[in-house]
Amino acid sequence: MIDIANTKIDFLKSRIITFIFSSILVVLSFGAFFVSGLNFGIDFKGGTLIEIETENEIEIAGLRDNLNSLSLGDVQVQEFGSKNNLLIRVEQQSGGDQIQQNVVEIVKTSLNSYLSSEVNFRRTEVVGPKVSGELIQSGAIAILAAVFAMLVYIWFRFEWQFSLGAVVALIHDVILTIGVFSITQLEFNLPIIAAILTIVGYSMNDTVVVYDRVRENLRKHRSKNIIDLLNLSINETLSRTIVTSVTTLLALLSLFIFGGEVIKGFTFAMIWGVVVGTYSSIFVAAPLLNYLDVKREWNTTSAVDSTR
Amino acid sequence: MIYFSNIKISSILLVIFIALMFAIPNFFSKDQLNSFPSFIPKQQVNLGLDLQGGSHLLLEVDTVEIIKERLENLNSDVRRVLKKNNIQYSNFKNTDDNLKFVVEEFPTEIQKEISELSISNSQNILQMGDQTNLVILREENEVSISFTDEFVKLAVSNAVAQSLEIVRRRIDELGTREPSIQRQGSSRIIIQLPGIDDPDRIKALLGQTAKLTFQLVDTSTNYDPLNPKKAPVGSEILPSDADDSFKYIVKKRVMVGGENLVDAQPGFDPQTNEPIVSFRFDRLGASKFGRVTQQNVGKPFAIILDDTVISAPVIREAILGGSGQISGGFDSDEANDLAILLRAGALPAPLIILEERSVGPDLGADSIEAGQYAAIIGFVAVILFMMFVYRYFGFLADIALIINLFMVLGILSLFQATLTLPGIAGIILTIGMAVDANVLIFERVKEEIRSGSKMINAVENGYKRALSTILDANITTLIAAIILFFMASGPVRGFSITLAIGIFTSVFTAFTFTRLLISIYAKSLKPSLVGMKIND
Repeated sequence: MIDIANTKIDFLKSRIITFIFSSILVVLSFGAFFVSGLNFGIDFKGGTLIEIETENEIEIAGLRDNLNSLSLGDVQVQEFGSKNNLLIRVEQQSGGDQIQQNVVEIVKTSLNSYLSSEVNFRRTEVVGPKVSGELIQSGAIAILAAVFAMLVYIWFRFEWQFSLGAVVALIHDVILTIGVFSITQLEFNLPIIAAILTIVGYSMNDTVVVYDRVRENLRKHRSKNIIDLLNLSINETLSRTIVTSVTTLLALLSLFIFGGEVIKGFTFAMIWGVVVGTYSSIFVAAPLLNYLDVKREWNTTSAVDSTR
Repeated sequence: MIYFSNIKISSILLVIFIALMFAIPNFFSKDQLNSFPSFIPKQQVNLGLDLQGGSHLLLEVDTVEIIKERLENLNSDVRRVLKKNNIQYSNFKNTDDNLKFVVEEFPTEIQKEISELSISNSQNILQMGDQTNLVILREENEVSISFTDEFVKLAVSNAVAQSLEIVRRRIDELGTREPSIQRQGSSRIIIQLPGIDDPDRIKALLGQTAKLTFQLVDTSTNYDPLNPKKAPVGSEILPSDADDSFKYIVKKRVMVGGENLVDAQPGFDPQTNEPIVSFRFDRLGASKFGRVTQQNVGKPFAIILDDTVISAPVIREAILGGSGQISGGFDSDEANDLAILLRAGALPAPLIILEERSVGPDLGADSIEAGQYAAIIGFVAVILFMMFVYRYFGFLADIALIINLFMVLGILSLFQATLTLPGIAGIILTIGMAVDANVLIFERVKEEIRSGSKMINAVENGYKRALSTILDANITTLIAAIILFFMASGPVRGFSITLAIGIFTSVFTAFTFTRLLISIYAKSLKPSLVGMKIND
């Protein structure tokens, strides 16, 4: 039986250390982003992706050489889940949208003649320069819009100090997620944007639960030292934070292990986001309130009263 | 007291029952469903192309081409006006969006005549009234003529609407299963083709504008490969479909066009057994065709498709019946496709394929299988964990979770929302996150018990206190889901849908169903049953 009630952990004691830790991670993320950038998938970079399955194992190096001799520019070939499944990526061809269409035909013809066994084309995706440009733009706008919407919502429901603290934690989570994709060079594509948006939602969810309790305690213990009060609030919500994170991670791990290759990147981003989001709620969002001079005199009959 | 009126209880159960009814069809095959009594819904979840296999194409109408073509028509009219009025001009050129020339003088009457010219140039489809659709600008000696923004918008909008219709006809002719063809934005068309994982033939069909014309071959000169650039005035050089090295010189004037065709069918030439396409003209087309063939017996007559000469047979006798045939050394598939293209009509402008995403049926099936597997294992893990942490309460939350999943499935089926692979991920994420509302409540209840409340009061206060936290926490995730819904398309949009539905159902079940269950047992519950140490 797990009972994490009545913990009295001093989370804020090490706040300087965790702030430095977070700052280092943020700086590392920025560094990785500017040094190696993101490994954009065809959604954002344009190009062609073909997933094939064959009956016999294929010697990848030979196939790669063969496809790279087609003068289609850089062609990447990698194993995808099993030895009989390969993912072939062809870079975007210069010369506009219409040209991209020829790539599929050229690669398919070449594969059929190079491989002796039957080739099963499981997936074909072609994204032209116009669409990839739009997708990258709308993805960036969506993330910014989500962060801004959270800022406004928390401002509306709490007050600006909370809103600022929550958004700093949120941006921290987004930067760290983009950072981990820069460092690992895992493919960054459209579903990853979806994952980041969900992380924004989830991290906010976690932060709101802690903040809600902070606000309640601000009312209840008017004379309590803010650091003690923040510690109390984090401890009081700790078992909920842990239980919800564990159930979410259990579901996500199951998806990561059994859900197939296609959504592995997406699930990885989500798992990372849940871990980072939970961490930031406790070690970034809540301690920040210490520095933001939160209002102590809450009107108990106001519209934001949670005990109404 | 946590009191539920009978009406409240019945309506909670009714909502759950309805959701269950709509979820049930997904667990049976289509055949089994048909043998069920009629009151059971038969709609199953609508699977996205990434799960059932199929092809998604995003096309764009080449709007630059539309305006360019109209400007080319305008070009000769403007020159005629200038010549008629003895205006000296130089540097006459067409760009993508205007005509330019240099003149010494440009009197207002001429300007007016050109403006009026544009009204007849609107080609009837565009009802612009008496207003001119031209913008004529003069800067020093350079005159530039372009179309008004309204005209451009209208021309593009008409061309896109027409393209949509023709795309639909071409795809319908192929007998594709339940294709979906929709306009997106101002100049794009989205095509969804379930069950087609190799859309090569469709792409080939859509890649042609299929503009058919009949033009006379210019017999005054022969094509000279050594001096290839010159064609006599009023004629043009066109490539041959059958022979790459050969080119035809044909008169520019279109004698009859594809718009006068009423039917086209593939067939075989009875003598040579060669695949052919036979066609029939409407009355106007038949009379034009008859007149031309009558006047030009013995001369070659070029059949031109998209600026390529398919063949140029010599007219042996006048063809007055209004029907004829095209043979151009194609195989029967090509003949079939050409017939489809001619029947469906020409596109007003070329279509550009911007994006293609095709998934084979077995990858889709694999994804469904993997998704189900992951969902079941994730589900069992969460259920066991909840029972381990909260004991009896955990068990109640688990029942709520099961109901929750049925409701998500039921709502997806009821509204025929599309379930995609990321959508399945959304459901699995819901499994993990849906217990959150109950966790928040249970933790509150435990706190209340700890501070000395009786079980029944603890439950009531726990619910009250957790309400605003639950709403705040879920609204943030909902905001993210809504933004994702508007930003994304295709599979990723499916994720935002299941995520949003999951948020609603989890809040709903926590506040109705679990609450109802707990209220029934609250009196008899002991702290040890809700996962608390007794000596706490």
